[in-house]
Amino acid sequence: MRLLWLSALSCNGNVHSLLNYPQYEQWQKGFEWLYHPLLPSLHTFEEVEDGVKGCDVLIVDGTLEQNLLKHRRPFSELLERYATEAKHILTVGTCATFGGIFAKGEAGRTGVHFCGEARRGEYEWFWQKSISLPGCPVQPEALAGTLSLLAAGEPIPLDELRRPKYYYAYTVHDGCTRNEYFEYKIDEHRFGTLEGCMFYEHGCQGTYTHGSCNKILWNGLNSKTRNGQPCMGCTEPDFPKEGLWSTPKHMGIPVRMPLGVPRRAYLTLAGIAKAFRIERFYKPLMEEE
Amino acid sequence: MKQSNKTERRLQIISGALKLFAQRGFYSTTIPDIAGSIGMSAGNIYNYFPSKEILAQEILKTISAHLGQQIRRINDQDISSREKIKQIVKIYFDTAEKEPEMIDFFLRVYLSNREVFGQGCEGMICVNDFVTEIMIFFDDGVARGELKNQDFFSAFGLFMGYLGGMVFLAGEKILPQSLDAYTDDIATNIYNALKAQ
Ligand code: SF4
Ligand code: SF4
Repeated sequence: MRLLWLSALSCNGNVHSLLNYPQYEQWQKGFEWLYHPLLPSLHTFEEVEDGVKGCDVLIVDGTLEQNLLKHRRPFSELLERYATEAKHILTVGTCATFGGIFAKGEAGRTGVHFCGEARRGEYEWFWQKSISLPGCPVQPEALAGTLSLLAAGEPIPLDELRRPKYYYAYTVHDGCTRNEYFEYKIDEHRFGTLEGCMFYEHGCQGTYTHGSCNKILWNGLNSKTRNGQPCMGCTEPDFPKEGLWSTPKHMGIPVRMPLGVPRRAYLTLAGIAKAFRIERFYKPLMEEE
Repeated sequence: MKQSNKTERRLQIISGALKLFAQRGFYSTTIPDIAGSIGMSAGNIYNYFPSKEILAQEILKTISAHLGQQIRRINDQDISSREKIKQIVKIYFDTAEKEPEMIDFFLRVYLSNREVFGQGCEGMICVNDFVTEIMIFFDDGVARGELKNQDFFSAFGLFMGYLGGMVFLAGEKILPQSLDAYTDDIATNIYNALKAQ
């Protein structure tokens, strides 16, 4: 399968992310790069600008900007040419998908199909063959895995934002090692330590962020929340929010509820859960800390 | 016995016990006293409630659910926080006048005999229905920009402490007028203390 990678306004985080895919060596055997900004490719970027044939999957990362010039040609021209030919288009990372960090910098910057939550009309004609892989950066397994599924001709169930459900049907809260603390409403947390949930005070967005971070660990090892840093919701259309390390509250009540949890029911349960003071949760898990 | 009969009996015990507890306090009221007051045998009461503590806890939950339900009705209306405060004050005072033992139980039994409610009513578990609705009221008010975003207990204490204090004064026959005469003024004071600047 032939892949072509186009970067709009980007930090190259997604480009690097794939290099960190632990099974890269094995994985790459099934694929060929027409062009990738870092990996050995069949063509130079100048050739890509002039037009190359055979693109099966177009991978786009970075934020779109009106009149963005990529070397010699407008980015939109490249995007349209290869999107016409490709069988699938992947918007990789939150920038290409929703606009992301760069879209906060200036007006008129957007993702390919979305501007935040709003659908854009411009590229409606290839919506049906597009797949969204948001993340800041994308999780390497989500990218490599999706490409493998496409190569195998497997159907990929998508959510309404066209994110593959295999990777985005979960919330980051699923599999977080702090779930017990969440249940008993304990946020006695210090950054980098193993105790405490970060939902109540420290702005963790894991309960309403779609992503596999705690099911497929980064580098097979760890995740933000396991390590003691709140999830910033990087796979969602409204990323990045301001005031990331604190939880917005109304008189002590978190403004945003965990996904699908009705406020009244949550408050009832929270009141009950809070009443228990379970000593084990107030002791350091490791004396060294 | 039919389920409905059982529920009725249960309520009968709760309301009988509520009156005595509120009048005489928790410790001076015995299960035989309660039994006598509602024409039931003490043994039968134990079939429903295994101990006096549990009976007191069940009463508390019943009152909390009753008040909670009424505040929920207010919360579900599309009216301003100011109007809601007025309605909550009104409900509280109405209850204090029509069913004084309910509020008395809150003030004289629940708040003064915390040891009775230690096990089984930890924290605010037994008054959860009521507290949850107050939380929803605060939360909505802040979300609509009508109430100041402040610490929950400072707001809760102000609201409930004020109402409790007035009912207490009324109960001691210290207030020159009936409770409902104060509804508007008190609602205004509470609103002024809670409103967004
Ligand atoms: S730290 Fe975040 S992800 Fe982990 S349990 Fe708490 S809310 Fe969920
Ligand atoms: S934990 Fe949250 S912020 Fe971090 S990578 Fe995962 S989804 Fe993004």
